[in-house]
Amino acid sequence: MTAPATSSPTTDGGPGQPPPKAVEDPFDKDVLPTPPGATGLLLRSLLAPLRGRVALTTLLLLLQQAAVQAGPLLVAYAIDRAVPAWRSDDHGPLVAVGVGYLLCALASGALQYAFLMASARVSQDVLLDLRGRIFRHAQALSLDFHERYTSGRLISRSTSDVEALRELLNEGLQELVSVVLSFLFISAMLLWLDLGLGAVAVASFVPLYLLVRVYQRRAGRVFTARSTAIAAVIVKFVETMNGIRPVRAFRREAVNEAGFRVLNHRHERRNGDALLEMARYVVGSRLVANAAVALIVLWGATRVADGSLELGVLAAAVLYLRRLYDPIDRLGMFLNSYQSAAASLEKIAGLLAQTPSVPEPSAPRELPALQGGLPGREVVFDGVSFGYRTGGEVLPRFDLVLPAGQTVAVVGSTGAGKSTLAKLLARFYDPSRGRVLLDGVDLRELAVPELRRGVVMVTQEAFLFSGTVAENIAIGRPDASREDVERAAKAIGAHEFVSALPDGYDTDVRKRGGRISAGQRQLVAFARALLADPAVLILDEATSSLDVPGERAVQAAMATVLKGRTAVVIAHRLSTVEIADRVLVMEHGRIVEDGAPAELVAGAGRFADLHRAWRDSLA
Amino acid sequence: MAETYATAAPDRSAVRSLLRLWPYVRPVRLRLFTAAFVAVLASCAGLVIPLVLKWMVDGPVADRDTGGVWLGALFLLLLGLAEALLFGMRRWLVARPLAHVEAEMRAELYGRLQRLPVAFHDRWASGQLLSRATADLGLVRMFLAFPLTFLLVNSVTIVFGVVIMLLQDWRLGLVILGPAVPVVVMCVYFENRYAVVARRAQDQVGDLTTVVEESVLGIRIIKGFGRHRTQARAFRELSSTLRGTELSKARLLATIWAVIVTLPELAIGAALVLGAVQVADGELSAGTLVAFLSTALALRWPVDSIGFLLAMSQEAATATERYFEVMDEEPERDAVVRSAPAPDAGLRFDGVVFRYPDADPGSPPVLDGVDLHVRPGESMALVGATGSGKTTLTALVPRLHEVTAGRISLDGVDVAALPREELRARVAVAFEEPTLFSASVGENVLMGADDRAGDAELERALAVAQAEFVHALPQGADTQVGEQGLSLSGGQRQRLALARAVVGRPPFLVLDDPLSALDVHTEAAVEAALRQVLAGTTALIVAHRPSTVLLADRVALLSGGRIAAVGTHHELLRDNPDYAHLMSGTGRQEDDR
Repeated sequence: MTAPATSSPTTDGGPGQPPPKAVEDPFDKDVLPTPPGATGLLLRSLLAPLRGRVALTTLLLLLQQAAVQAGPLLVAYAIDRAVPAWRSDDHGPLVAVGVGYLLCALASGALQYAFLMASARVSQDVLLDLRGRIFRHAQALSLDFHERYTSGRLISRSTSDVEALRELLNEGLQELVSVVLSFLFISAMLLWLDLGLGAVAVASFVPLYLLVRVYQRRAGRVFTARSTAIAAVIVKFVETMNGIRPVRAFRREAVNEAGFRVLNHRHERRNGDALLEMARYVVGSRLVANAAVALIVLWGATRVADGSLELGVLAAAVLYLRRLYDPIDRLGMFLNSYQSAAASLEKIAGLLAQTPSVPEPSAPRELPALQGGLPGREVVFDGVSFGYRTGGEVLPRFDLVLPAGQTVAVVGSTGAGKSTLAKLLARFYDPSRGRVLLDGVDLRELAVPELRRGVVMVTQEAFLFSGTVAENIAIGRPDASREDVERAAKAIGAHEFVSALPDGYDTDVRKRGGRISAGQRQLVAFARALLADPAVLILDEATSSLDVPGERAVQAAMATVLKGRTAVVIAHRLSTVEIADRVLVMEHGRIVEDGAPAELVAGAGRFADLHRAWRDSLA
Repeated sequence: MAETYATAAPDRSAVRSLLRLWPYVRPVRLRLFTAAFVAVLASCAGLVIPLVLKWMVDGPVADRDTGGVWLGALFLLLLGLAEALLFGMRRWLVARPLAHVEAEMRAELYGRLQRLPVAFHDRWASGQLLSRATADLGLVRMFLAFPLTFLLVNSVTIVFGVVIMLLQDWRLGLVILGPAVPVVVMCVYFENRYAVVARRAQDQVGDLTTVVEESVLGIRIIKGFGRHRTQARAFRELSSTLRGTELSKARLLATIWAVIVTLPELAIGAALVLGAVQVADGELSAGTLVAFLSTALALRWPVDSIGFLLAMSQEAATATERYFEVMDEEPERDAVVRSAPAPDAGLRFDGVVFRYPDADPGSPPVLDGVDLHVRPGESMALVGATGSGKTTLTALVPRLHEVTAGRISLDGVDVAALPREELRARVAVAFEEPTLFSASVGENVLMGADDRAGDAELERALAVAQAEFVHALPQGADTQVGEQGLSLSGGQRQRLALARAVVGRPPFLVLDDPLSALDVHTEAAVEAALRQVLAGTTALIVAHRPSTVLLADRVALLSGGRIAAVGTHHELLRDNPDYAHLMSGTGRQEDDR
């Protein structure tokens, strides 16, 4: 989906210098380098703050298992002790068995409830933490990352990959703990009942363990492939739904469906592979378990027959044996969700391991107090050059000073480097070399809130978030009152159309402002910027969809509301230039002309040329 | 900042929702039923094992018959093998078919979404759609894989086991059966409440997906205003709400589970005491009691699991509902409309009224009686103030939206009478927001033509749109663009969108502000080339600038939902103050705003 979201990143890399695509770009294959052990580290760091509650949860489960597993023991006691006692008119032992069973039943129910609630709290807290981490990290990563990672993948990381972990935590954690506990518990019981029978049962764990290992390895591969496959499906889905208008207009439905089928089918295969792996595991583990049961019964029965084992003990042992191997299916389910979650967690860890290339400062500085009562600040590009990390210099080294309060127009053809200049000033990118200074402070030393009080950039893409119009404008300053919002809208000439909407400022823009025209969206974007009240305002093609009166209104607003602010205006229409104090003409990443508009128009340079062409276009 | 689309029908029935899955399950029904049958067999094999034990304890063990013991053990082994293989077979039978059902449902959802009216997409956040296509369908597959089979298998197992127990000792059997009624009553009560909460959770997941999606798509704005903390706060609020809902879900589930665990266990305890008394009194053999209790304990999992199987079924039912909420939407259909042929050729609007289908019927329509005739071969510029409905009007021609009243005709044929496929082949559109798809540049452009179009057409279209920059891309026209490829600038994308519109040499062309992102030189070059194309094409061009207007033969001024004036640029500039104001910003001043 290229539409509103992914516009103009390499813009001014221009046609000549697109970022060269490395042959093995990890971004192409949806496999980001994950540092070794990062997945485990992530899981541990998620669980560490909840250590106490994890322990409590485990304890509850332990007690619950004890209550549940007491059953066969009571059966053995009833058959071997209470029955003979009853025959000799001693009713005490059987009453004790009855009371004991009653208590165990009540305890196991109550403990089950307590455990389920405790484990739900743990898993929900982990998910809350992880969702938040992915979200915040994705937001902190710089634009160049977003431009390469694609929105669909990011969405899939925070939806289907988190979902995989949710399944693990919801069912898996409980499975694992109860499986391990019942293994330990029952093994201990069997060993205690009869050392020989117990030893055989414990010995059967060896082949089971080997089976589990094999399954784990194979399932790991399958699940990683499946997670990649579903991400591809999501990317395609998102792209289609966000571009539904051109899809319809160009009759792409059938072609899209064919493409979607391929991706969907690939996911179907991987999904089936995963289910089949599970089937293999179930057969193998059941075979081992049932063979072990037969063997133990054979041996036990032989020993009862020759009198070296009591019947009650054999009965209890057999009851425990059935239970011993019951959880192996559930162990499979756990491994299933674990492998699936591990594959997802690895991708999430890969995402979280990405460091923002435009990091927030660890020791932020503040901007000096404004001087002379004017809201503008001075901008200095000090020996700045810029190239993408992938190579290819976009802006060769240059120096530039924009005095406080100056309105500077930047013109030049597509690919000349105008937007890159703007993005450096807005700190969407950091320069490869040199510094960008705002009133003498390096942008890299400013914390985000301080930076955005200093510099705000309005771009051509006017994305609207779901919510009301007022909420969308208030993005400029979340604590703004309704009066502030309306004042900003009025100043920019947006008040008229907003009031005409069904619920005025409270109108829900629904999905990406389907009902608000492109021009109106740009007005909303302007109102946002106005509300943000920055010292430096950058407008990157921000008026391209406005009609002439709309553009005039914006210019009037800039002349009054933004008076005294430093402004950088990038526009193809030279009408904007009329309000500029100074014009920069860029070509191939260099500033080739610099001067007052009148001066340049009078000259014989490129700007004079451009200006003539523009005059002609007005006819 | 997100919306919940729950249409909580209070008396919905989970079974009725789930029955709607039948058409998708039908193709794999044979395997699914076989698998269920196999699972029943496997469970029964498991239940026979205690009987063999009883036989061994009461027979060979008591008689000290070693041969009998071996025979019993061999029988146990065989049963065990059968059980293992049958369970494996069950999974093997359904693995591929169920993955297939999920994929089929997803593909159908995708296909349906592509064909739902654009108005539907305006209304629905795509996060809600995405969560239906992924999380909800996953729930449905899980339902088909486990709860559906095991509710059946467990019921049969329980019935079978109860019959075995009744046959062994009917009094003890009745004791075991005692809690059945209260358990069922409790289950029904809690499952109903669970369904409501499950639905709420799924909708909240959809909302969360929407916020995630918007935060990714709107990243430049969030960064531009340094709002990632506000955004993270909004996200946190939503995810905390979801956490609360998930916890109330867990509470209901825990309650059901506690009931299901406790009551049968109490019954088993009672049976144990009574059975022990009977054994003591010599009315029952020890082997029978062992077998009886062994059977009762073997039924524990089938009984315990009913709670979460029902919960999973409820979730699958609400997921199915959410799925069908979209599938039940009426797709665009090509209705047979008979209308008298319009008198004129070219593109005609007759009394076109348009109001968004979800707008208040009392509100003023966006377009209120548009009459306009674009003659064959003529290009008409459409001019109007921001928000006057220009884009809406252009969307009506390829029927991205349907007129509320009135008629649009192409060469005398009502567009409503044309199959959409054909209509959209005749009318090419360039949108204001140029969307490129994940495909090569060449494919993106050639989308606008039929399959016969080749390199020659591509070159011509690129030349018209002044998009020769394509040749300088790493792989030329084969360079991948869009979501998963090279990102292009707004101006570059706009030129490719224009190339896409003209590549098929369509008889009708609708261009929505096609040059807004171009610089002056490029714009002039595109205009020069575009004039050639427009010479033989009937075109409607939305324009903001005099330069674009000059591409057209005549200009129509859209104002107050109607065409206020039609004429050449110079005529209107001279005679119409509104137009002069729009084009030059002078004349009428801010006082009339």
